[in-house]
Amino acid sequence: MPIHEHRYPNGLVLVAESMQSLESVAFTFLLPVGAAYDPSDRAGLTSVTCEMALRGCGDLDSRQYVERLESLGIETGESVTVSHTCYRSAMLADHLGEAVRLYGDLLLRPRLPTDELESSRQVAVQEYRALDDELLQKVMVELRRGHYPKPWGQSHHGNIDGLSQITLDDIRRHFAGGYRPNGTILGVAGKFSWDELKETVGEVFGSWEPGDWSEPDGGALRVHRNHLKHDSNQTQIALAYPSIPYKHEDYFQAWGAVGVLSEGSSSRLFTEVREKRGLCYSVGASTRSLRQHGSVFCHAGTTAERAQETLDVMIAELVRLAEGIESEELDRLKAKMKSSLIMSQESSMARAGALARDWYHLERVRPLEEISARVDALTPASINRYLTENPPADFTVVTLGPQSLEMPDAVL
Amino acid sequence: MQFCEQSLDNGLQIVAECNPDAHSIAVAFCVNTGSRDEERAVSGVSHFLEHMIFKGTDNLSVDEVNQRFDQMGAEYNAWTGKEHTSYYAVALPEHQDQIVKLWCELMRPALREDDFNMEKQVILEEIRMYDDQPPFGADEACEEDYYGDHPLANRVLGTEQSVTDLSVDAMRAYFQSHYSPQNMVLTAAGQVDFSALVDSANRYCGAWSNEAVRREMHPLQSAARRRVIERASSSQQYVIQLSSGPNSQDSRRYAAHLLVSLLGDSSGSRLYWELLHPGLAEQISTHYYEYDDTGLIMTWMCCAPESVEKNLRTVRTVYEAANANGFSEAELARAKTKLNSRLVLSSERPQNRMLSVGLGWIRDRRYRSIRDEMESFNAVTLEDVHGVLRDFPLLQCSATTVGPRVGSVWDDV
Repeated sequence: MPIHEHRYPNGLVLVAESMQSLESVAFTFLLPVGAAYDPSDRAGLTSVTCEMALRGCGDLDSRQYVERLESLGIETGESVTVSHTCYRSAMLADHLGEAVRLYGDLLLRPRLPTDELESSRQVAVQEYRALDDELLQKVMVELRRGHYPKPWGQSHHGNIDGLSQITLDDIRRHFAGGYRPNGTILGVAGKFSWDELKETVGEVFGSWEPGDWSEPDGGALRVHRNHLKHDSNQTQIALAYPSIPYKHEDYFQAWGAVGVLSEGSSSRLFTEVREKRGLCYSVGASTRSLRQHGSVFCHAGTTAERAQETLDVMIAELVRLAEGIESEELDRLKAKMKSSLIMSQESSMARAGALARDWYHLERVRPLEEISARVDALTPASINRYLTENPPADFTVVTLGPQSLEMPDAVL
Repeated sequence: MQFCEQSLDNGLQIVAECNPDAHSIAVAFCVNTGSRDEERAVSGVSHFLEHMIFKGTDNLSVDEVNQRFDQMGAEYNAWTGKEHTSYYAVALPEHQDQIVKLWCELMRPALREDDFNMEKQVILEEIRMYDDQPPFGADEACEEDYYGDHPLANRVLGTEQSVTDLSVDAMRAYFQSHYSPQNMVLTAAGQVDFSALVDSANRYCGAWSNEAVRREMHPLQSAARRRVIERASSSQQYVIQLSSGPNSQDSRRYAAHLLVSLLGDSSGSRLYWELLHPGLAEQISTHYYEYDDTGLIMTWMCCAPESVEKNLRTVRTVYEAANANGFSEAELARAKTKLNSRLVLSSERPQNRMLSVGLGWIRDRRYRSIRDEMESFNAVTLEDVHGVLRDFPLLQCSATTVGPRVGSVWDDV
């Protein structure tokens, strides 16, 4: 599939992949401002700014903007991660130009209306409070806080103190500094004409002035242990350990090793924790990547009385991973990757997000053919060499539940 | 896009929406059985059986099953509801024969006692996991209040007690009486080779014996109860309201889908502007579920404990205003565009079409293309939507709240 790339004079990057068999098109704006940019006394500022940006722009007030999108059948979504604010959209191909113009108003001419500040703050407060009831999310927030160096462990939820102090001036400053074309990536996938798209994006965003904010320093990953006491049936177990980032030459070796742990029902964690011992319903591991840091995150939730055994078995599997993987395990992983790559051609929304994230990490898009070739090139020997040099270690462990757990020897 | 259907001599129906341009094939067995078909003594057996299907056959161990799915690089899973149990896999078209063969084999499982006892622990963990998540079982409690003696009140997962007490023999008996070919549909979507699909089905399922299966229909005497479940450790307050809607055979169901979108879609709906946009609730939404003999409209809210009375009054005011004044043509037009756009976007993945085609066929032996569905939504008039409001009063509901609040939160009791 042809991939098109263009960098506008103000730094905005457009990356697009044509998927002509689809009737739809989707785009993702990845803006270079996330929770890591929240000042320490204004935790949650990026989230409130994201919410305020949705509340009217250009000639349209909040309601008119939503109605305009709906009348065109444009599906939207937004989220804040630690590194980015992300606005997503999907639609039938005919409406792409109109949607790009509407997002131009949102990103260049937001009203940030005074009378919507309190309601935007309340939206963030509600989400913060709801997090307390979502135990898996809660334990992962604490895992990230302990594992990543400041400010990369900050949660987009912020906290009540920070949220309550945010003023309209804070939001205007955050918007002016963070929402900038240099560092913004627009990923587009689906049915479109490249020439028209490039021209429309240039017309709409050409006047966007570059800013001078830069990404916070990467710092070094940390080791952290914590137990959050909670009156729940189950104990949530979350683990993280250092790996290598997406841009690293050996990334696919690390990806292959984690796949053996967690990809599919024949994977090691699923087999040992669930199938052989019936310890939990869900267990898994995945690679996570910031620009500077790669990590592996693992999770399981199980009844308090069986949590110690679950943690012990998980850690034992992580330690055993360093002893190497088998060729049958890698063969299954390759089959899974081949399917996933081909099926990614069926979702414009997923592909648009992947294009933008690729550019963030690599400053280019990794074509599906290249990913396929790199996966094909993996061998048990190459992954085992990687594991010998980078055995799972330096575990951050966070648990949540009625009782804390003993750390196995490998963790101490 | 071409629809194909055929049935085997033993009654197994095979349906497919074939799209030569698709990159994948999605295949599923839909079984017309779920928690409503369970006797109380075996509550949770449909869902537990769904797990046991993956434990293999007389010729396949659980490890072999997992490895065979993973060797094909398939995405696969299963899902149990009130009326259906569905097993699906999505894979590259080159694996069609293997994946269909594997599913056909698994539909005649070994149900070994050792596997049963091990998996029982996993099911109990699943029940405890959901008990720790919002709405902490309040949805099931509210359904029990609303449905009373009707079997739709049955919990899909059962309870810790019913699952603990369940025997493998009871599961085997349930399997024998509900997994008859006439009670199942083999459905596929995407790049399907239909004649090969029928050949596979014939080869692997043709010898299945055909037993008569009939779903018991019961009249529904829905109740309007209120229940408060105190949960001191919860931070937010959660509310569920259940009222009636058109059943799955009722032509008013398209209007009902539009009605719940107008009232409680996650964006742009009446409740969105009243409660979500001002930050008065963390979540507020309205949903519609269709069953064989009844329909259900659910209102769901999550908000700060101290705001719940005020928010419930707002919900009531929004519903009363809809009853009294109806909606505008412009609102209805936007709701139609939104639903139709979502239909088209989601239909691009064969896996999203497979169950619609299969479950639609179970419902009334009819195939509805995306275009048919869009035409049905486009044909709905304002009067149709207002008719649903009249025929299925939203405020004649059962309601349950769970959270730190103690004592009733409703003004109307």
